[in-house]
Amino acid sequence: MGENDMPVKRLSFLALLLALSMVLYMTIGSRGNWDFVLAFRGTKLLAIIAVSVAVSTSTLLFQTIAQNRILTPSIMGFDALYVLIITMMVYFFSGQGMLSFGSYGLFAFNTLIMLLASFLLFGTLIFEHGRDLTRMILTGVILGTLFRSLTSFATRMIDPNEYAHIQIASYASFNSFNTELLYIGVAVIIACLIFVWTIRHRLDVISLGYDVAVNLGENVRTVQLLALAVIAILVSVSTALVGPVAFLGLLVVSIAHLLTPSPNHSTLLLSSALISCIILVGGQTIMERMLSLSTPLAVVIDFVGGLVFLLLLLQRLKK
Amino acid sequence: MISVRNLTHQLGQQTILDDLSLTIPKGKVTALVGANGAGKSTLLSLITRLMKLQDGQILIDNMNVGETPNDALARKLSILPQSIQLEPRLTVRELVSFGRYPHAKGRMQKQDWNKVDEALTVLDLNELADRQLDTLSGGQRQRAYVAMTYAQDTEYMLLDEPLNNMDIAASRSLMRVLRELCEHHGRTIVIVLHDINYASGYADNVVALADGKIDQEGTPLDVVDSAFLHRIYGTDAKVHILDDRPFVQV
Ligand SMILES: Nc1ncnc2c1ncn2[C@@H]1O[C@H](COP(=O)(O)OP(=O)(O)OP(=O)(O)O)[C@@H](O)[C@H]1O
Ligand SMILES: [Mg+2]
Repeated sequence: MGENDMPVKRLSFLALLLALSMVLYMTIGSRGNWDFVLAFRGTKLLAIIAVSVAVSTSTLLFQTIAQNRILTPSIMGFDALYVLIITMMVYFFSGQGMLSFGSYGLFAFNTLIMLLASFLLFGTLIFEHGRDLTRMILTGVILGTLFRSLTSFATRMIDPNEYAHIQIASYASFNSFNTELLYIGVAVIIACLIFVWTIRHRLDVISLGYDVAVNLGENVRTVQLLALAVIAILVSVSTALVGPVAFLGLLVVSIAHLLTPSPNHSTLLLSSALISCIILVGGQTIMERMLSLSTPLAVVIDFVGGLVFLLLLLQRLKK
Repeated sequence: MISVRNLTHQLGQQTILDDLSLTIPKGKVTALVGANGAGKSTLLSLITRLMKLQDGQILIDNMNVGETPNDALARKLSILPQSIQLEPRLTVRELVSFGRYPHAKGRMQKQDWNKVDEALTVLDLNELADRQLDTLSGGQRQRAYVAMTYAQDTEYMLLDEPLNNMDIAASRSLMRVLRELCEHHGRTIVIVLHDINYASGYADNVVALADGKIDQEGTPLDVVDSAFLHRIYGTDAKVHILDDRPFVQV
């Protein structure tokens, strides 16, 4: 326990790799047009990094409170739920009515509903059946499918002119993101990260399981609820900014466990955030700038992340 | 002193503990015995708030379990549960250092690390300190769990079948450590044991549980005889007395 045993070398290496990806991302193909490039690519980079860290952190938190390394907020249907909420908002209140909220107000309102819905749907599930992996997976699959079907049903009823309001949140894309919400989104994410950092030791204790954590004096339910709230907020922000990212979280946290195995959240939070940023920033740079591929990065990440999911699941079934 | 008053606990239709009252004296080693399913683990879980109290009252000195904040209780009493499944990638030293959490809250000081080293030494784990839990044998792992409880350094220690998987040397050495903690450091120890000979050999008091009730309590000499074994376990075994301690011929 404590920060004295952080794998400093590996974390520094990851930080270096990230710095390199960022420099390449900003400079390749810029043709010396610095004013424009810095402003344009700079905001994009900010969005990508904010989302990367939001996804890695929410995934790590979820795995800690649900006591497994296979499920993630996306797999459980958290981001599908957010998309459903905002689609419903458009459907019921119509685009015009919504706009009178202002986009900040709307985002705040959606996030609030997301918080309540997460507590209702996932709170009891984690409390009562957290240890029952099969049940968790089935519930996640069912909820995710339900949310997506409801969303696509509602989408069909929506006036095409108003569809623009939900487009960004509905599909993962690291190129088109919600510029309006960027700065407020980044601020919310930073606030969440600071909070998570203050409870990192409590998370370490929770990951030892209910009995041991209670013996050590932790209020397991309280920490689980706090974490669930942070997860709901982080998923709301990242989905609002770039859309649902599916298997990204699973991919980066699995890599973090491999590269920097540790029971300490201080280490895991840092390494998974770094890895997440490297994958998105580096991935964007390679796919777009260097190879000029038209396949979206999200597709590649989901393919690889999906394979990791299957592997973990098979491994677990074999035991 | 741990005082349990009118404790009743039900799971589904089944009554696990039935209006049970019990006083566990301070500064003694108390062995809790009884057949499989008698309710020993349930009783321990209720005393240590791992399970929610349904009916009755439990006092640890003047602390009312259920009303006292969790972290205050964690500095007063510790529990080694019967079955723990832990993060397999923890090293032994990391695990044991978690025992300091109620005191250090993640900010380990010099004296915390000293206590960790002491726990590792007392439980003969120095050579295994940097091994991961999933590379240990069952008995070695059990010793690591006990070391975590030792490092927690509480006045009351409750251990649910700590001798599980331990060989005779490890078992005897743990029992001696517990006696030493009790005699020279004023600790109160409650230990669930299945081997009556360990109870007779090391405990000051034996409490026998049957069908969710206290069947009998007293010194080993008072409690353990053939009739007792027949009643509690339904087995017929001879009991010999050696140096004022009853021993079961197995
Ligand atoms: N979750 C549960 N639901 C229903 N009954 C349970 C549950 N857990 C335990 N029991 C029952 O409660 C009774 C007491 O269990 P407990 O674990 O306290 O026994 P024990 O004395 O510790 O036994 P052992 O020596 O086998 O550890 C048993 O009959 C058991 O079947
Ligand atoms: Mg038991």
